[in-house]
Amino acid sequence: MRELTVKEAINEALFESFENDENVILMGEDIAGGKGRENYPGTQDSWGGPFGVTQGLLTKFGPERVRDTTITEAGFFGAAVGAAMTGLRPIVELMYVDFAGVCFDQLMNQAAKMRYMFGGKQSVPMVVRTVVGAGFRAGSEHSQTLYSLYAHIPGLKVVAPYDAFDAKGLLLSAIKDDDPVIFMEHKRLYMTKCDVPEDMKAIPLGKGRIRRPGKDVTIIAIQRMNLFAEEAAQKISEENIDCEIIDPRTYSPLDEELIFESVRKTGRVIVIDESNPKCSLASEITSLISEKCFNDLKTAVIKITAPHTPIPFSPPMEDFYIPSTKKIIEAIKKVHNA
Amino acid sequence: MNIDKNKLNWIYKKLFTIRFFEERIKKIAKEKSVPGYLHTCIGSEAICVGVMSALSDDDWISSTYRNHGHAIAKNCELKQITSEIYGRSTGICKGRGGSMHISDFDKGMLGSFGIVAAGPPVVLGAALQEKINGGTKMSATFFGDGAIHNGAFHEAAGLAKLWDIPMLFVCENNGYAEATATDWHLNTKELKDIAKAYDMISYQGDGNNVFEVHQITRDAIIESKAKNTPIFLEFKNYRFSGQYEGDTQLYQPLEEIEEAKKNDPIKKSIEMASEYNFSSDEIKQIQTDVLNEVNEAFDFAETQPWPNPEDALEEVYVNYPKELLR
Ligand SMILES: Cc1ncc(C[n+]2csc(CCOP(=O)(O)OP(=O)(O)O)c2C)c(N)n1
Ligand SMILES: [Mg+2]
Repeated sequence: MRELTVKEAINEALFESFENDENVILMGEDIAGGKGRENYPGTQDSWGGPFGVTQGLLTKFGPERVRDTTITEAGFFGAAVGAAMTGLRPIVELMYVDFAGVCFDQLMNQAAKMRYMFGGKQSVPMVVRTVVGAGFRAGSEHSQTLYSLYAHIPGLKVVAPYDAFDAKGLLLSAIKDDDPVIFMEHKRLYMTKCDVPEDMKAIPLGKGRIRRPGKDVTIIAIQRMNLFAEEAAQKISEENIDCEIIDPRTYSPLDEELIFESVRKTGRVIVIDESNPKCSLASEITSLISEKCFNDLKTAVIKITAPHTPIPFSPPMEDFYIPSTKKIIEAIKKVHNA
Repeated sequence: MNIDKNKLNWIYKKLFTIRFFEERIKKIAKEKSVPGYLHTCIGSEAICVGVMSALSDDDWISSTYRNHGHAIAKNCELKQITSEIYGRSTGICKGRGGSMHISDFDKGMLGSFGIVAAGPPVVLGAALQEKINGGTKMSATFFGDGAIHNGAFHEAAGLAKLWDIPMLFVCENNGYAEATATDWHLNTKELKDIAKAYDMISYQGDGNNVFEVHQITRDAIIESKAKNTPIFLEFKNYRFSGQYEGDTQLYQPLEEIEEAKKNDPIKKSIEMASEYNFSSDEIKQIQTDVLNEVNEAFDFAETQPWPNPEDALEEVYVNYPKELLR
């Protein structure tokens, strides 16, 4: 087995998808970088996006398929919609999910509704790759997750992988998928590593994963929150509390059955989401559980989320904003002892 | 051009403050002693200072994530700016903004926006308010060569012209938008020609020459107010800094950087001092004073208290039940 970082895994999935299907194209800002029209050897493709995720694609596949765009998200997102409907499989990069505002119409009203509104004749097989997440001291406009903003919209699929294995497998699926998929990459996870086999297969969308089997408490953790959930579960195991961690991985469609099965077993549930609390994935998952597993619950579900505030810059305030292992441990004890 | 001695002093003081400040920021970025993204503006000094020297203290501006120079030239408190970058409670935004969002409303700054081209429509709104209320404050929005492609800029430009709004669209053409060279993406031969689409008056100037920037801006303000019309200004310079501190800058050819150094705005302003009867002793004195001031600001910031974690819950709304924020 070999280890890959999330960043490397995504880069590999992009390379493989480009090789396997010549209709795959990529558009985004600074996805290559350089001097462009003029010929300056060595300066081209030196960036590969701010996190270096798309590096090498321009050199290998050329400017026809790898398009370094102007700062025109509405323009190239709309272009992706049209290209997708007519035969290409565009991947577009929204550098930070926070920039969604400038191009949201093309996703919310166009990409998402085309098939339904126009009688089911067309589909929009596009992927939006975007960077999410707090903990980078990047302030209010570069740190959000906004998962639920996308999951709310019928017609869009939403994926948010935690580790490199899932990132590669799910991106391969997302690119092959015939619907528009929002693929969310967490900036604090890019450099984390795990085993990824050479012959990594696509992981179907809509299938969650049990990251840690357990019998006492169910923890449903969203993307980076799996890290804290694992820490908390490890710690609390010393007190003979056995936690099960569920990583849904995709949020639309959501693997409800996997969640319910665990809840039926434990009857004690915590949901962790680093997003703002109102109308969040955490509130959605909690409401599903109360609706479908009411009689299995031994105590009320606890949601651990960020507060209803923008993301502050200063470290003590940002650390307060993000759910912590400490808060999770307290919640585990609370549901366990209830 | 006649510029009075006080203004000249101010111009030199601000030019050096910005340069020394950003050099210090580069240093602390290397030492990793501050959190978060840092976008420095080495090479922008003459544009920041030249434009601001033509505006009045209470005129409106917007800035971007690359805002240190604008904030300094808009007379924001240096200590408060620094403290904000360090994330301390005495920072200009109480530690909530950080380097990317340095902005003081009391100094006429509407905001420093992290979203490219978010500024032009907002400044249009302030200018509209002045027009409706018969106010006299000028409004100017700063943005880059990359931002001119964005719809928000175009929509603001179109409305400003349509509504006869006196305001300045100030574009700093520094050769790069992040890692991508300006001329890779430009459709018009000259950047300023983009204003033609809106039949908007536009001027172009040497962004490394603080006096040229001052003169063009001063004239543009008079013309914009007299004709009740927006004006587009393009100032050309070079982005010596990377997109952010830590950027490898591999996309910038070394020859190009060397060539650009010949026109460094600070070097140029020192060379031009004698034309304005400014002696090298006076320059030296200003440099010494300013360096002290910058050092004091960093000493101050380093010793300032952190905000309380719960301060994150402050000032989300003007009026909202606090208990519902959790
Ligand atoms: C809507 C939006 N898209 C992308 C970005 C990422 N981004 C930040 S700065 C930048 C380049 C801006 O270049 P320019 O306008 O020339 O300003 P400069 O940094 O050179 O001052 C980009 C693409 C962003 N902040 N907002
Ligand atoms: Mg630029």
